[in-house]
Amino acid sequence: MTKLDSKIPKGPLADKWSNYKSSLRLVNPANKKKLDVIVVGSGLAGASAASSLGELGYNVKVFCFQDSPRRAHSVAAQGGINAAKNYKNDGDSVYRLFHDMIKGGDFRAREANVYRAAEVSNLVIDHFTAMGVPFARDYGGGLDTRSFGGVQVSRTFYAKGQTGQQCLLGTYSSLSRQVAKGTVTMYSRRDMLDVVIVEGKARGIIVRNLLTGEIEKYSAHAVVLATGGYGTVFYLSTLALGSNSSAAWAAHKKGALFANPSFIQIHPTSIPVLNDYQSKLTLMSESLRNDGRVWVPAQKDEKRHPNEIPEEERDYYLERRYPAFGNLVPRDVASRAAKERCDAGYGVGDTGLSVYLDFKDAINKHGKKVIEDKYGNLFEMYEKITGINPYNEPMRIYPAGHYTMGGLWVDYNLMTTIPGLFAIGESNFSDHGANRLGASSLMQCSGDGYFILPYTLSDYLADEIKTPRFSTDSEEFQQSEKQVEERIQKIMAVNGTQTVTSFHKRLGKILWDHCGMVRNAEGLKKGIEKLDALEEEFWKEVKVPGSADEFNQELEKALRVADFFEVGRLMCYDALDRDESCGAHFRDEYQTGQGEAKRNDAEYAHVSAWGYQGHKQEPQLHKEPLVFENVELKERSYK
Amino acid sequence: MNLKLKIWRQKNAAQKGKFETYSLQEVSPEMSFLQMLDYLNDQLIAKGDEPVHFDHDCREGICGSCGLYINGRPHGPLRNTTTCELHMREFKEGSTIVIEPWRSKSFPVIKDLVVDRTAFDKIIQAGGFVNTNTGVAQDANTTPINKIVSDRAFDAAVCVGCGACVAACKNSSAMLFVAAKVSQMAMLPQGKVEAADRVEKMVHEMDEQGFGFCSNTYGCEFDCPKGISVEFIAQMNREFFSARVCKQNHS
Ligand SMILES: Cc1cc2nc3c(=O)[nH]c(=O)nc-3n(C[C@H](O)[C@H](O)[C@H](O)COP(=O)(O)OP(=O)(O)OC[C@H]3O[C@@H](n4cnc5c(N)ncnc54)[C@H](O)[C@@H]3O)c2cc1C
Ligand code: FES
Repeated sequence: MTKLDSKIPKGPLADKWSNYKSSLRLVNPANKKKLDVIVVGSGLAGASAASSLGELGYNVKVFCFQDSPRRAHSVAAQGGINAAKNYKNDGDSVYRLFHDMIKGGDFRAREANVYRAAEVSNLVIDHFTAMGVPFARDYGGGLDTRSFGGVQVSRTFYAKGQTGQQCLLGTYSSLSRQVAKGTVTMYSRRDMLDVVIVEGKARGIIVRNLLTGEIEKYSAHAVVLATGGYGTVFYLSTLALGSNSSAAWAAHKKGALFANPSFIQIHPTSIPVLNDYQSKLTLMSESLRNDGRVWVPAQKDEKRHPNEIPEEERDYYLERRYPAFGNLVPRDVASRAAKERCDAGYGVGDTGLSVYLDFKDAINKHGKKVIEDKYGNLFEMYEKITGINPYNEPMRIYPAGHYTMGGLWVDYNLMTTIPGLFAIGESNFSDHGANRLGASSLMQCSGDGYFILPYTLSDYLADEIKTPRFSTDSEEFQQSEKQVEERIQKIMAVNGTQTVTSFHKRLGKILWDHCGMVRNAEGLKKGIEKLDALEEEFWKEVKVPGSADEFNQELEKALRVADFFEVGRLMCYDALDRDESCGAHFRDEYQTGQGEAKRNDAEYAHVSAWGYQGHKQEPQLHKEPLVFENVELKERSYK
Repeated sequence: MNLKLKIWRQKNAAQKGKFETYSLQEVSPEMSFLQMLDYLNDQLIAKGDEPVHFDHDCREGICGSCGLYINGRPHGPLRNTTTCELHMREFKEGSTIVIEPWRSKSFPVIKDLVVDRTAFDKIIQAGGFVNTNTGVAQDANTTPINKIVSDRAFDAAVCVGCGACVAACKNSSAMLFVAAKVSQMAMLPQGKVEAADRVEKMVHEMDEQGFGFCSNTYGCEFDCPKGISVEFIAQMNREFFSARVCKQNHS
């Protein structure tokens, strides 16, 4: 096993980043122009990195698969973005934010990275405000905040239920400004299919031009992946339909270790599955749990309309089980509690797979106007999808696949195990341990892109100023291109009888059942077997109509689904190896008497970073021990 | 329910397109409009035909990717609703639904129902930003902003850039799109400094991209899935003329 070097700087936690930052090397302005950087992804992470790097004077190329960078899935984030501003004077601080994240992540994240994310969070809010992001304000004209799950302070900045949209559009504006200045070139409607390694360093990428089908090669001195999460592996999830793992997986196959792949957050409050044709699940923001109360009927098989069920016949199970945090327990806890009630037969709706989220008390207390001001767009969205008006009766919600804490392993510099290949935002594994706290992803993505990567990448590039621009005609580029083309030809040639989506659905179901909210060794082994069989069938039976040298949306999907088989398998291996429960990873063999996750710190206080050994080969495990010097490892309790 | 679909099919930008008619059985009223198209596509693929191409991603009304011209209206019959949020319960058994791409010379058709909207990106690149670099910001609470003003800026900022306003306009005008960004920025102190310069550049680029003029028929507001008000167009006009006047006074 190779020893992973996380490159955490020495010194006291609170000083690490500032000391380290001052020690990093810089590149002088004249040299920056000669250095090319590829950024794959235009979400909050990618666009913030690209615009900052452009401002510094690097020559940046940005890629995304949508028609415009403004559509990256960050746009869909609803509830808010955290920062340790302590504007509410409620005792918040960088340390407390750090502590909440470490605890929320069930002690499976790296202290130094988390502290740094908390530290730069304040700069992020300042920067967004300066860019004209219209965050919610109070009557004094100052920024307003609200509370999110797993914490007892109010540190979440928001713009109604469209915080992600407003942050992303601000970032898109700063990216557009750099495009106009010529420091950033934008390549939309491109799917990255491979990363090119020259003499051990990442030097470029291979993409498919989605409009023409052409395979294109781009070179650079460094490559940054900001390609988001892979929750779409479950088929139904809160992610955009195009979200995928392909870029990260390509990097993994080329040698980048993949960390904690099975740490996937199942979000407790999504609109439940309503029909068989459902293609995605719509999130109802966690912020709703500020004012909404979660309950199920106290009796099984309750048939009455929710409004007719009297108070004393309702079970507010979160408030009952977790009096200290009530409806604001972290996501993993809330999701499992909902599953537990539904499995026990108390669920509501036709399928019995949902619980109520009720605003009656909040509306009575604060008035409809206040609730509408805070959540108007979410309520509307709910009504459009379900046809039910949540001002008049409770919402129905159920957990859904949402966020991948796992991702490419990176060191403190946000560099993967491939020199020159960086990973930021949701695509890396670094800051959220085994469970992410609400509103901390937007914060991490923007922190990575605006305030961290520009420093660490410059330090890397300081060694590259003498390296001339790369030609894409080299052996390595051609080799990669050939592999990509062969794979596309192979998938087109199957010419079977079943649609890509039908495979994706079945794949998602296998993972949901075997590697979802609750797992066990036997189920995981079975899951791997089923994935193997389904993958085999895919390569015999999938049908991709049309041709590869044109705009072909089925081919795009097929290439993504082909990777999901492998990602799914790695998730199962990872979950199987981790003989403990922590955060979102809940193995039913390892639970406390009260049904809470039971960690095994003696054996599993580490990051599991997996190396690719070939298709269907057992992956190789590398462990990065997690050292806790600033927080005490203890059982996570929200009671 | 059973439906008849008349869908615009066009292989690529170079070839001519035409309507094809499909009958679709057993559509559930609970399906979203795009799920209904998925369902059609499954059947087309099974028959060996090419599926209908359309842009989509988030499927929850926020990314602005989707945008179909349904029975003569951008995003279909429901107000304040994107195509992906529209559900089949809004249609009647046995009805015919005509589905087209956005029609505008600034949004050329790429394939079937997919159009090229890079013209919008170009307009933002012309000036839809605040000229500030990373790292120079003051503490966010240094400049208080009146809540009413900031809420109003937010109302303009919710534009998803789908292009429905252009598709709704007989002149293919992009005024509502441009006005939303101009107004958002001009209302906030951070954006006010450059308001005059911004509005001129963005309007100029809008013209460069071939979008038409505004003749105040307000179809854009009616069909905007985010309910963005035409009052912002009035606000932009004021910004534009005061920018002009300022410039003349200077020169
Ligand atoms: C519904 C929802 C609500 C959320 N609400 C919140 C919230 O309130 N607060 C919070 O903090 N977090 C929230 N999150 C999480 C947060 O939004 C995401 O984790 C975060 O926005 C991810 O940003 P990103 O930049 O890493 O990736 P994304 O924004 O997903 O961007 C990925 C980019 O990569 C590109 N890309 C991907 N694959 C490829 C490829 N193969 N080739 C080329 N380009 C590619 C895409 O085009 C896109 O530009 C929410 C998430 C969801 C799904
Ligand atoms: S698909 Fe995103 S707005 Fe419709």
